[in-house]
Amino acid sequence: MSKNTKTFEKVNYIVRSAPGFNKRLIEEISLSKDEPDWMKELRLKSLEFFLKRPNPNFGVDISDFDINGIIPYLKPDAKKSASWDEVPEEIKDTFEKLGIPEAERKVFAGVGAQYDSEVVYQNIKKQLSKLGVIFLDMESAVREYPEIVKKYFMHAVPPNDHKFAALHGAVWSGGSFVYVPENVEVPMPLQAYFMMASPGIGQFEHTLIIVNKGAKLHFIEGCSAPKYSVSNLHSGMVEIYVEEGATMRYSTIQNWSKNTYNLNTKRAIVGKDATMIWVSGSIGSAKTMLYPASILNGKGARAEHMNITYAGNGQHLDTGSKVIHLAPYTSSKVDARSISSDGGYAFYRGLLRVSKLAHHVKSSVECSALMMDDKSTSGTLPIMEIMNNEADIGHEARIGRIKEEQIYYLMSRGLSEDDAKALIVRGFMAPVVKQLPLEYAIEFNRLVSMNFKSNLG
Amino acid sequence: MSLLNISNLHAKVNDKEVIKGLNIKIDYGEVHAIMGPNGSGKTTLANLIMGNPKYEITDGEILFNGKNVIGMPVNERARLGIFQSFQYPEEIPGVTVRNFLKLAYDTIYPDEKMSMFDFGDMLIKMADQLKIDRSFLDRNINVGFSGGERKKSEILQLNVLKPKLAVLDETDSGLDIDALRIVAKGINNVIGPDIGVLLITHYQRILDYVTPHFVHVFIDGKIVKTGGPEMAKELEIEGYESFAM
Repeated sequence: MSKNTKTFEKVNYIVRSAPGFNKRLIEEISLSKDEPDWMKELRLKSLEFFLKRPNPNFGVDISDFDINGIIPYLKPDAKKSASWDEVPEEIKDTFEKLGIPEAERKVFAGVGAQYDSEVVYQNIKKQLSKLGVIFLDMESAVREYPEIVKKYFMHAVPPNDHKFAALHGAVWSGGSFVYVPENVEVPMPLQAYFMMASPGIGQFEHTLIIVNKGAKLHFIEGCSAPKYSVSNLHSGMVEIYVEEGATMRYSTIQNWSKNTYNLNTKRAIVGKDATMIWVSGSIGSAKTMLYPASILNGKGARAEHMNITYAGNGQHLDTGSKVIHLAPYTSSKVDARSISSDGGYAFYRGLLRVSKLAHHVKSSVECSALMMDDKSTSGTLPIMEIMNNEADIGHEARIGRIKEEQIYYLMSRGLSEDDAKALIVRGFMAPVVKQLPLEYAIEFNRLVSMNFKSNLG
Repeated sequence: MSLLNISNLHAKVNDKEVIKGLNIKIDYGEVHAIMGPNGSGKTTLANLIMGNPKYEITDGEILFNGKNVIGMPVNERARLGIFQSFQYPEEIPGVTVRNFLKLAYDTIYPDEKMSMFDFGDMLIKMADQLKIDRSFLDRNINVGFSGGERKKSEILQLNVLKPKLAVLDETDSGLDIDALRIVAKGINNVIGPDIGVLLITHYQRILDYVTPHFVHVFIDGKIVKTGGPEMAKELEIEGYESFAM
């Protein structure tokens, strides 16, 4: 990273022109990042799409979203950080309960400078470079590996894919770049955490991962501590390319503060005999739209989607998965679970498409929803478009309210009502939560318990 | 002072009176059997003692160690030492018998702070004693359990949680002879000077293995006759009808 400090020094351009979301602003962003022309062009093209495209006509209500609200944070010299005093009490309280060290709290809250993880990061970097693995922040990757980045950047998700993909293309900033050479097994999970270069940067981050033939990688995005965002929009993008015979596992916990619109796009292109595994836990934000996608375009490609969504008071989380089978002998498995509690709204939206040419496809889709009370809402919309007759498709959907009898049974053994509910929810989530890295699983369980005022550790 | 003293208990379910003036006294060291036909309100009685909020008590009192427990939440009664075993215990997917019992044990005995290992050893010992397969401990509570396994699980819980009052509801129904022996052994295991047992049953079959001190005939929401263990045999021969008034 130190290699690029020179280029950062040039960044000093202050905008005095009238505010507005226009070409000029985008050019400023590009200039401030000292980007090559092709990236600037990509941003401008994205801007055009963004201004033209209508809002999505499904999912959460974003009619009160105001683009002007994010402009101040896009300006290169803008003070992105709010102060610790502005961080909501509820978040500080959660840090306390999760036992997050003092030094890290401010980073997670988006108001502090980089947590002192530099040493850890440097050690990992040394190990990785021996293996030929590139792990960089996205801006540096654009400058240092332009030929690779240009080949893949916004190819899995083109800027005109949807309105917020276009917005992302125009204003993206930060994120991680990982390149794993052929047949290299990365021995430890890589964490986006190391790439948190400065406060406020994580809101339009772009993650680009290329796992070459026969290689193996586990990437962990985000963190279970709540992230406080200075602007109220998070629109990140993840693009993953899993080449022949490679295995990629992508684990996420989304815990944005409850004032955030989280409109994220994640997509993987999965090659011949390659495996893509998405494990996602969503618990934060006011409104979320997130449907990780796997495009199985090589014979024998496989995808697994494991998703847990928890919508509490005031939250509307619209999550799901997309699996597109383009090649024969491809297989997929979706296990999506949601919990709605205390007036929350959790919706599962899934698409399974089997193309004409994809014969001998195997897929199972399971979605289940648990409602904790009669104030809360759940819904599922699993769409299946099967164009090939030789497909083995299984589907199961379950939606229901927590049973009084279950609560009574657990309470008859001494558990408080809150603990009983937390335990039932925990059991319901277990098959998916178990797939998260251990410390994340523990924290996710703890976050859920906290919602029930339960003390289950 | 009795362990359990219920007097003049009246209760409603869905606006229908089910318990109609019930009296019973149970002391430490005693085993009481309540026998009655289906639909007479036996299970309701078990739920009332434990505190199921679905039932509405309209009159009378339930004293546990001299303290009126009516209105007290279920979990607090459990902590005082009341235990109900269920005829159809609920499934809790994703939660193992082991983890659940540890949690329950820690809640009821907060001062013991038993380690997971010691607790595990105790569980295994008990499972072996009751001839319950050890793999049982790591299965999800009642998920995919046969009728017999559910009953065994309830009895295992009884043995682990060591309550002061055990209300066992139809613990013997639907069991084959081997399972019945195991369940009876599990009950006999806990009987002693520190516990009172209320055995609710439809058949006298289990009473061949567990000997009660008192047998109560329960018909239409109240106890109509009380006698010694020999009365169970009488009932078996003459049927409940001879007791109906």
